Amino acid sequence: MTKILKISGLEKTYQSGSKQLTVLQNISFDVEKGQTFAIVGPSGSGKTTLLGLCAGLDTPNLGAVELCDYNLSTLNEDERAQLRNEKVGFIFQDFQLLPTLTALENVSVPLELQGNKNAESRAKELLEKVELGDRIHHYPSQLSGGEQQRVAVARAFLNNPSILFADEPTGNLDEETGEKVIQLLFNLNEEAGTTLVIITHDLDLAARTQQILRLKGGQILTNEKTVQV
Amino acid sequence: MAWRDAKASRTRLLLFMASIVLGIAAVVSIQLFSQNLTDNIKRQSKSLMGADFIIDTDALPTDRAQAIIDSLKPDASEVNFVSMVAFPKNDGSKLVRVRGLKGDFPFYGKLETQPITAATSYQTSGGALVDATLLLQYNLQVGDSVKIGEKSLPISGALNAIPGNNAFASSVAPLVIIPYKFIDETNLLQFGSRKEYQFFYNQPNVDLDNLAERLQPLLEEENADLDTHTSTSQRLGRRYENVGSYLNLTAFIALLLGCIGIASSVNIYIKEKIKAIAVLKCLGASRKQSFLIFLIQIAGIGLLGGLIGTAIGVGLQELFPIILKEFLPFDVTINITAQPILMGVLLGVIISVLFALLPLLRTWYVSPLEVLRFSGDTSKQSKKAQYIVISVIILFLYAFSYWLIKDALFALAFVGGVLLTFGILAGIAIGTMKLVKAYFPKSASFTTRQSLLNLFRPNNQTIVLMVSIGLGTFLISTLYFTKDILLDKTELGESAQSANLITLDIQPDQVTDVENTFKANNLPIVDNIPLVTMRMHSIKNELVSDIRTDTTTQIRGWVLNHEFRTTYRGNLIDSEEIVKGEWVSDKNKNGSIEISISDNLADDAKITVGDAIIFNVQGVLMETVVKSIRKVDWTNLQPNFTIVFPKGVLENAPQFNVLTTNAPTEASSAKLQQELVRKFPNISVIDLRQVYTVVEDILNKVSWIINFMAFFSILTGIIVLIGSVRTSKYQRIRESVLLRTLGAKNKQILTITALEYLFLGILGSLLGILLALISSLLLALFVFQEPFAPSFIPFLIFLPGISILVLAIGLSNIREVLQKSPLEVLRKSG
Repeated sequence: MTKILKISGLEKTYQSGSKQLTVLQNISFDVEKGQTFAIVGPSGSGKTTLLGLCAGLDTPNLGAVELCDYNLSTLNEDERAQLRNEKVGFIFQDFQLLPTLTALENVSVPLELQGNKNAESRAKELLEKVELGDRIHHYPSQLSGGEQQRVAVARAFLNNPSILFADEPTGNLDEETGEKVIQLLFNLNEEAGTTLVIITHDLDLAARTQQILRLKGGQILTNEKTVQV
Repeated sequence: MAWRDAKASRTRLLLFMASIVLGIAAVVSIQLFSQNLTDNIKRQSKSLMGADFIIDTDALPTDRAQAIIDSLKPDASEVNFVSMVAFPKNDGSKLVRVRGLKGDFPFYGKLETQPITAATSYQTSGGALVDATLLLQYNLQVGDSVKIGEKSLPISGALNAIPGNNAFASSVAPLVIIPYKFIDETNLLQFGSRKEYQFFYNQPNVDLDNLAERLQPLLEEENADLDTHTSTSQRLGRRYENVGSYLNLTAFIALLLGCIGIASSVNIYIKEKIKAIAVLKCLGASRKQSFLIFLIQIAGIGLLGGLIGTAIGVGLQELFPIILKEFLPFDVTINITAQPILMGVLLGVIISVLFALLPLLRTWYVSPLEVLRFSGDTSKQSKKAQYIVISVIILFLYAFSYWLIKDALFALAFVGGVLLTFGILAGIAIGTMKLVKAYFPKSASFTTRQSLLNLFRPNNQTIVLMVSIGLGTFLISTLYFTKDILLDKTELGESAQSANLITLDIQPDQVTDVENTFKANNLPIVDNIPLVTMRMHSIKNELVSDIRTDTTTQIRGWVLNHEFRTTYRGNLIDSEEIVKGEWVSDKNKNGSIEISISDNLADDAKITVGDAIIFNVQGVLMETVVKSIRKVDWTNLQPNFTIVFPKGVLENAPQFNVLTTNAPTEASSAKLQQELVRKFPNISVIDLRQVYTVVEDILNKVSWIINFMAFFSILTGIIVLIGSVRTSKYQRIRESVLLRTLGAKNKQILTITALEYLFLGILGSLLGILLALISSLLLALFVFQEPFAPSFIPFLIFLPGISILVLAIGLSNIREVLQKSPLEVLRKSG
């Protein structure tokens, strides 16, 4: 299988006052194209930092990240932004929608940034798909948490990403709404073949993915394939 | 709790404070200076005049006037007049005011000379004291000689100051003081010369009010006037009070701009605090408690701003005596008084609380439900409370303006004008937002659309930025345009036809010789104007002496006492236009004399076409009828007249002439002046080129003061701008980071921000300039009554300059996004 994400010898430290704080140490793993992949671990284990490094939102102190055949350390910020725009989708625990844009405008942003003229029609199409066709002109503050997260899902899939990073996508949602969102993610993964990298506390959700990476204290505890029933 | 919460928002609250600091500094410094000025004028009252009282008259005193003057036993006297003087050392000549002094004037204050002894020795040694600047200009030293009329005198000393004279007056006609005994020898006091006789009294024990009440009416009848040191200092005080009021108003505008900054910043600050307020309410905080937390914060910031502003103001007022030096006839000693300081601190607290009150009211109506879901809905806010706060703000503005300028109507006009300007700017800002929303360019690029969206998004800064940018630009542009109008008014026609050299006081037997001198210098005679002096004897069949005693008369006093210099001619000149009646060029065949008067004389003397006036033409009474009223452009620097007679009436009356010419170069002008002064010492020459330079110099000084005050408004505007931009910084950074996470490049983020601020900068400053254009046009039409040709400088310099400044402040806000990792900021926001 083709590897879409290759991580080798990753280390990330932060300066905390006069002390160096090592958040991630010696992290190496691969994610295959089309795979569903979960990163789990207790709070403070470095999950979100790892996701940020994988997606090129931050740079490591040591090691290399190869995303969609691009070595991120050789790209500058604008080139990494372009790569994210074309190949990567994001879903955050707290939705991260632009409060000043409507649902339709929020979803359109990734294609708008490319100057794509079909951004709006494609955004409408995706909002229909996440059953928000009648709420396209609503602002985030006028939507429920579940609805906001579905807008974020539609936005994440707008550019047909090769890989989608989801940081605790159901963390702020009730069980039923959370399940709907997860189902959406998996359906889109199946339909479009998008690689799914999910960070979660929810072990049941992790169990539904094809591979689980367990982190503890900034180091890999296990990295194993799941048995799908 | 208020303190704990404020600690967390330190930077933002400090920016609120910065908005008011400069305004308070300006108001406090001007208040302190005005108070010092009043105190100084009171204290130096006698030395400002140099005597306890003065009797003056613009002709030799009549017998009755002389009797009054003598009965009071004057301690010193003088005659002063404007004349040309020559400096034989270098063939220089200059129009000066000659003062022939007798006695030990001044009795109070000092005649400041260099050497110091010259102040007294010039009388005994028989020398002249010459204005110090004039000596420098003509490279003259003590011991050189000055020729005044037909009399040459050695220069005894350089004159630095004399009580009652200021630098402003000296720049037009510098002073030359000589002993009175030489006046006759100058042979300058001939028929037609303009002169003033002054009699100085050193009588400290006289009851001045009683004296003035008793003698003033008697002296007025004799065309003389009594000035006491108290009335003069009161008049001077009032004059500077007006200047102080103007400066106070410009400072108040800076303060108001700061208030707008506070209101806007607190508005966004409270919006962001709504969740925290809801949490407090969930935890049991009462409406009053949550309201007080923020009220105490704002009042504390206001107090701190007031203290800092006052401290700066105290320091700044030391500058005013330096700035206003040219316009003050005395030195100002600076004292720090309690009242303005107390006012500064109080003002800080009051305006902060008052202008923050509208957004603060919202804390009262925050529902604890906001904890569960943020709606941002503040529509529940009581309309009644809002109206009360707005009314209190307007009332405060009026009361404060009234306190500053002590004129109810003017204060009302000022507050009305300020509210109108604010209203127009805010209205256009709202209109722009609506327009952009209604005609949103959907097909434009994402960055353009995103930047336009930012103009009307929630928490937008469009109104406050447009008002502060617009008002700042409006102020400086208005100052610029007005200066232009004033300068244009005095500009000389450069064509060969227009006169730029005026020769006055030419006696009839000198006219031909002067004309020949012009011709010998190859200079044209542009005008030869005969002048006849006269006074009004009766107006509409009522004797002027009776009108003087009539307390109900509406005729202005100057008309009754003035010695009119009239002329006669058959045609109108360029600066005149008939507004009523018809022009008469010759004496009527039936013998009646039909004259033309200027519109200002018609207004002041309550005369119209058809009214009769009898003039006393040097002892001969002459009956006339007003046949036309002329509008005269007095700013046109050429001989203009209030009264013009037709031809065929005054030809045989005692008269003297004014000849004008156009000297194409300064050299030709100087050569002619030297020759005229040498040949005809009694003739005065006014070089309009020099007058224009003096006027320009004065206007430059005035505009420097105005610009200095505008600086407060502009700097406050910039602080408000930075404050407004910084207030929305967090929200903007979060959005920009999110865009970057979704793939936006630095260029796209920069373009979005740049376009938004460029739009605001251009629109705000353009609006300011356009409003300034309208107000200047109105000023030109109704105040200066001049055609208005606007300068392009505000468009070419202010517009791009201010737009770039706004752009730079806006872009500095977004710098953090470009420097930091998106993950770091996302984590913070999470």
